[in-house]
Amino acid sequence: MFSVIVNKISMMIGGEAGAGITRSGFLFAKACLRGGLHVFGTNDYQSLIRGGHNFYIARADSEEIYSQADTIDLLLALNKETILLHKDELVQNGGIVYDEEESTLTEGELGRKDLKLFTVPLTATVKELGGTPIMRNTVALGATTALLTYDLDILNEVMRDTFKPKVAEINVKAAKKGYDYAREKYASEFDYRLERTTPNGKRKIFLTGSEAVGLGCIRAGCKFYAGYPMTPATPVHHFLAQLDREYGMIVMQAESEIAAINMTAGASFAGVRAMTATSGGGFCLMSEGLGMTGMTETPIVVMVAQRHGPSTGLPTYSCQADLRFTIHASQGEFPRIVIAPGDVEECFYKTMDAFNLAEKFQIPAILLTDKYLAESHGAPEFFDQDRIGINRGRLMTNDEYADEEEYKRHKLTEDGVSPRAVPGMKGAIVRTNADEHNESGYTTEDSELTTRMADKRFKKLDTLVRNLESYETTKLYGSDEAEVTIIGWGSTKGPIREAMKLLGKERQNVNYLQIMYLNPFPAAKVRRILKSTTKTIVVENNKTSQLSSLIREHLLTAVDHKILKYDGRPFNPGELSRRIMEVL
Amino acid sequence: MVTLEDLKTPKKNTWCPGCGNFGILMAFKKALIQLGLERDQVVLVSGIGCHGKMVNYVNVNGFHGIHGRTLPLATGIKLANPNLTVVCFAGDADCYDEGWGHFSHAIRRNIDITLIVHNNMVLGLTTGQTTATSQKGFRTKSTPFGSIPPALNPIAHALVSNGTFVGRGYSGDMMSLTGLMAEAIKHRGFAFLDVFQPCVTFNYLNTYDWFKERVYKLEEEGHDYTDRQKAIKKSFQWKDHIPVGVFYKEERSTYLDGLPHVKNQALTKIPMEKVAITSLLESMI
Repeated sequence: MFSVIVNKISMMIGGEAGAGITRSGFLFAKACLRGGLHVFGTNDYQSLIRGGHNFYIARADSEEIYSQADTIDLLLALNKETILLHKDELVQNGGIVYDEEESTLTEGELGRKDLKLFTVPLTATVKELGGTPIMRNTVALGATTALLTYDLDILNEVMRDTFKPKVAEINVKAAKKGYDYAREKYASEFDYRLERTTPNGKRKIFLTGSEAVGLGCIRAGCKFYAGYPMTPATPVHHFLAQLDREYGMIVMQAESEIAAINMTAGASFAGVRAMTATSGGGFCLMSEGLGMTGMTETPIVVMVAQRHGPSTGLPTYSCQADLRFTIHASQGEFPRIVIAPGDVEECFYKTMDAFNLAEKFQIPAILLTDKYLAESHGAPEFFDQDRIGINRGRLMTNDEYADEEEYKRHKLTEDGVSPRAVPGMKGAIVRTNADEHNESGYTTEDSELTTRMADKRFKKLDTLVRNLESYETTKLYGSDEAEVTIIGWGSTKGPIREAMKLLGKERQNVNYLQIMYLNPFPAAKVRRILKSTTKTIVVENNKTSQLSSLIREHLLTAVDHKILKYDGRPFNPGELSRRIMEVL
Repeated sequence: MVTLEDLKTPKKNTWCPGCGNFGILMAFKKALIQLGLERDQVVLVSGIGCHGKMVNYVNVNGFHGIHGRTLPLATGIKLANPNLTVVCFAGDADCYDEGWGHFSHAIRRNIDITLIVHNNMVLGLTTGQTTATSQKGFRTKSTPFGSIPPALNPIAHALVSNGTFVGRGYSGDMMSLTGLMAEAIKHRGFAFLDVFQPCVTFNYLNTYDWFKERVYKLEEEGHDYTDRQKAIKKSFQWKDHIPVGVFYKEERSTYLDGLPHVKNQALTKIPMEKVAITSLLESMI
């Protein structure tokens, strides 16, 4: 290969846990973003703190990208294991940056001769600077910048914005050392280049799905968060905990997920927007509390970041196997909403939707994400903070209840939604009850009232379904006349959109339907879209194709093909496009 | 000023005649009157069990939650609006079995709420099974040959968990119980009151007579409630001589004191519309 590839790179950095892998990948991707490129970043780590193997893939491109690629162009290997594990993912003539003193490679071990080996004295450089071992990454990033003939100033700027001044300066020095070394030794040897381009005017931000959920939560006016640490939901907690003082919130670590959801319900009952987040195992513990919020009509938002299961499964890997669980969790029947954002941008807007809908209908709203979405970095456009306003439904915000009639928390109304006072309001006694209750919240066992109260709660569902007609509950990508429709939900969005790019001339005939609101299921919309389709392909990260079963339940039709993956890893675009081609 | 009449509800009481809960119910109402609290500023949280019906019998704000979870529910309510007086009622099974984990943490956090446990040493509403405070050897439908482990000691536990108000009452002495409840509610911090409450239907052992023979008041012995070590010693008194009253009391910073940005301000009063996140977004460019 002799041609030079400009502004199209898939870079992997790998090493032991605790070596700052994700941070380095983040710095690289952000430097690319600042240079005007489209970027995506995703990490892969094991359930341990030191040792083991972690990696981060940062991809940058002059065209829009939505996920990682199948292959790597450049590997930054902080240990030998990284090289041995990933050498076969490297493209023809791909490059490896590593420290020869630490990773002595024999040709036999490498097994291929095309790779370009860029040895850089990572450890020696750090020692010379009197830095900590974690700075080896920065030396490697500096060297990478030189290999790609990119602008070191951008990397420096990103580091200065990310680190505290003292830390930033020593890292800037380390990057410069790596840069100078590689530029001198390997000038123009690598086929890949990055160039600063002019972005198309739109400001972009670089963040994870978790951070977007956190931002949505703050912007939605949430004032209370309680959670118990569980991967991959914890980053939302970390994000909010840093900011609670600034935003007048209480962010607290509960003693368990059971406590967390009950605290959340308590705070909401007292009148503030409240949220909790967890993963499948924690959500199991929350199930009873979730039902209580349904019965007591207490609006809460629960983010469930799915990970591989059942049980502890692969704690740090992704999965989409909790769709049915979130739709059905807890005993009895009550309305709830389940929303699955598909990318970082949707994480923000859908979180705001979740708070509004929860309060408008006084029901629990579940935001369903997964490890891949929660921890991957995307670069959406600067969020439009005013796109979604705040709607608190029938919440009464006066300090005093002035009506002559006694206040009834569960008053029967035409649409099922009762006026909502909160305790502390003068003149109103606010009483609710996890037992079946009458309008005033007193326990009842009366048969007629039991039926009426269940009907009341489900009237809210009817109202919600009508209300959702004006929401973007689904998105269609590609021609609406295409004969083949790929159907997915949640984080498969990125890989599906990438895979569609790879379908060649078949591309014209394939569209992609993303279902964002899974419960209540937007049956009418989905039916309308599928009307002109002759072949449906469901793509999911689970074993039993839970979305297919939902489609069958609500549309009374079977999907034609299911493409499933349940090894904890997201689909890669090439892999997915091949599997799509097989069934086209 | 609130009256007994104001606190009445239209709900018919369904506790067994002679139930120890009646003493707790009346003491609570009287304590509210004594403290001059307004009905709409008090939140009563209850769990599941006979005690849970308290929500039906006192006309104040109420949340009848699920089994064992009164404390986290009350925690959320209080943190969201510290101006409310939050009183949590739980049963012995509710708090010491199902909700034991929350008990320790609520004590540790020292949030300004009150926990009153209706301790009848038996599960009543499920028709008589053993609980964490049932005496060793106590025979029930679930333990026909007698409860095997010894009973938990919630008072000792609260004391070693650094509780700032640890007391025990007896529903057979409604006057003293009223005073204790008022003191507990007034306490700035987490106040815990375990209340002996005879179950006349399912507890054949710990009856009114049984308590009458054993219960004595700590104050009558001149107990120094500022001395935790002495309180711990007292908490192990059982068998023939069982103390009631305040075991231990101290003022200590509360959980909210550790949150200077919201200290005693209702979160409901913090503006929640148009929260500015522009600088956060800009930091992500």
